Amino acid sequence: MTQPSVRVDQRGLAEPDATAPKTATITGETAELDAAELSTRLINLELRWLLHTEGVTEVVVRNPGARHSIAVGLLTRCRIRIDGSLGYFGCGLIDGPEIHITGRVGWSVAENMMSGVVVIDKNAGSLTGAALRGGDLVVRGHVGARTGIDQKGGTIIVGGNTGSMTGFMMQRGRQIICGDAGQGLGDSMYDGAIYVGGAVASLGVDCVEAEMTPADDELIDRKFRIYGMQRPERFRKFVCGKKLWNYDNLEPSERKLVL
Amino acid sequence: MCGIAGIIYRGHTSTQGRSGDVGRDMTRMLQAMRHRGPDSTGYALYGEPSDLLVMRFKLADPTDHRDFDFSERLERNRREVEARLAKLGAAIDRVQGESEYAYRATFRYSGELKPLADYVEDVPGAEILSLGNSLEIVKDLGSAETVARQYRLDGFRGTHAIGHVRMATESDVDIAGAHPYWAYPFSDVAVVHNGQLTNYHHWRRRLERLGHRFQSECDSEIIAVYIAQRMADGLSLETAMKQSLDDLDGVFTYLVVTESQLGVAKDEMAAKPLVLYEADDMVALASEEIAIRAVVNREIDTYDPYEREVLVWSR
Repeated sequence: MTQPSVRVDQRGLAEPDATAPKTATITGETAELDAAELSTRLINLELRWLLHTEGVTEVVVRNPGARHSIAVGLLTRCRIRIDGSLGYFGCGLIDGPEIHITGRVGWSVAENMMSGVVVIDKNAGSLTGAALRGGDLVVRGHVGARTGIDQKGGTIIVGGNTGSMTGFMMQRGRQIICGDAGQGLGDSMYDGAIYVGGAVASLGVDCVEAEMTPADDELIDRKFRIYGMQRPERFRKFVCGKKLWNYDNLEPSERKLVL
Repeated sequence: MCGIAGIIYRGHTSTQGRSGDVGRDMTRMLQAMRHRGPDSTGYALYGEPSDLLVMRFKLADPTDHRDFDFSERLERNRREVEARLAKLGAAIDRVQGESEYAYRATFRYSGELKPLADYVEDVPGAEILSLGNSLEIVKDLGSAETVARQYRLDGFRGTHAIGHVRMATESDVDIAGAHPYWAYPFSDVAVVHNGQLTNYHHWRRRLERLGHRFQSECDSEIIAVYIAQRMADGLSLETAMKQSLDDLDGVFTYLVVTESQLGVAKDEMAAKPLVLYEADDMVALASEEIAIRAVVNREIDTYDPYEREVLVWSR
């Protein structure tokens, strides 16, 4: 597939004066968008136009072609189905949408999502759900390394395996991993919980195993019911060992800065 | 940042592999990743193996100052390369200019490659880009489309290839700093790399003491020479690559090609990306799926290899 040529201005901004192409087919509150011939910026402008101007609440995007930065910065409740695969930074910086991707995604999907749902049917690259703040991020296949790095809330669910340093520096939120986790699980995590159904290659710095409580099982059961996923028989729970917690050594004014 | 790509065609029935428009396919893959590296583009292409040796070499750089006798000097040095090949007993088939300063020579030669390569590189300005029975390395400044047009790569048919788009970070923007690197003086072995090696000087000193030559200040050249040394020690490509995971520090995803194989290795932190597509008729891998989709224009299943993975495919 040849990508459409894109004009870049002196500052390096792609198509700074572009407007929505308005090529989507709208039927009532639903719309269908063929992305094959559109640049990344035009696809995102078209989505904004549909959702904010045309009152559309459900969009199907066809032929995304594994391109980067698709469906980013959407700050409204809506349903989007992406028929195919995305590249890097898909569905980043969103607040509200429910997005279903039928293919796979590259690195950093749903980065910094505030709320909403992103479901990916196949595999995902590294840095999945980086700095996630809220909402549910579901990957039915395998994911790469550093899943949920710097996660600050929300839930990441992985049907398959994860790579190394899963939950690296996570600060809040949950990760539910059905398969195996790579080396350095939960390295330098501050808080939050990681549930693993399969084998753990090794634990990272200051990550310890904790006891599963009925509340943990209830949460996992509820999430798996929502997304129609098969629950592994047994989960192990991993949390922060709090050995690296040194906040109390700080002056109150400094503590404010850190937190 | 840099982008890397590899493709190897596989036949449905034969174990010999099959040929395809590897020059055109690699150009499409690299062009799709032009945002990862606008400085230079390089190819390691494998044509049909023949009993002739093929040598790609350059006698100057595109950024060199064009003084009054620039072209005369190039011509003189080219004749000197031919004379030295002949002196070592090589029967020259033909030598043709591929650009103003890069050449492709084919010849018959049955002796050892290192003395021949050393002798040729002793000519002022000469650098051998590749030497082997089927490997041809082409690299120059600019995008994939620019380099492919300049070197007429669209018509290049072959069995497998790797390629690289470079965003220079630690060394100069010139042909010597561009990938792929030939594993001097090993016939038909080449490497592309995305990442940074932190024990570069350590390995460079070590390998130089063993008599290896370095053409650039680029850390990626270490990998090619390292693999060459390990293979000289009698290791298989796969074993050499596995050992490199412990010997090389830093972050890397690199691809190695030989006359019949294509391999990939990832560092222990999986810090650099790689997407892999494996099908009956081909294996394609690249830093981003968008490059694979440039040659397989449909929805496909792909996955990212994990940390410390070494994978090798044969054509």
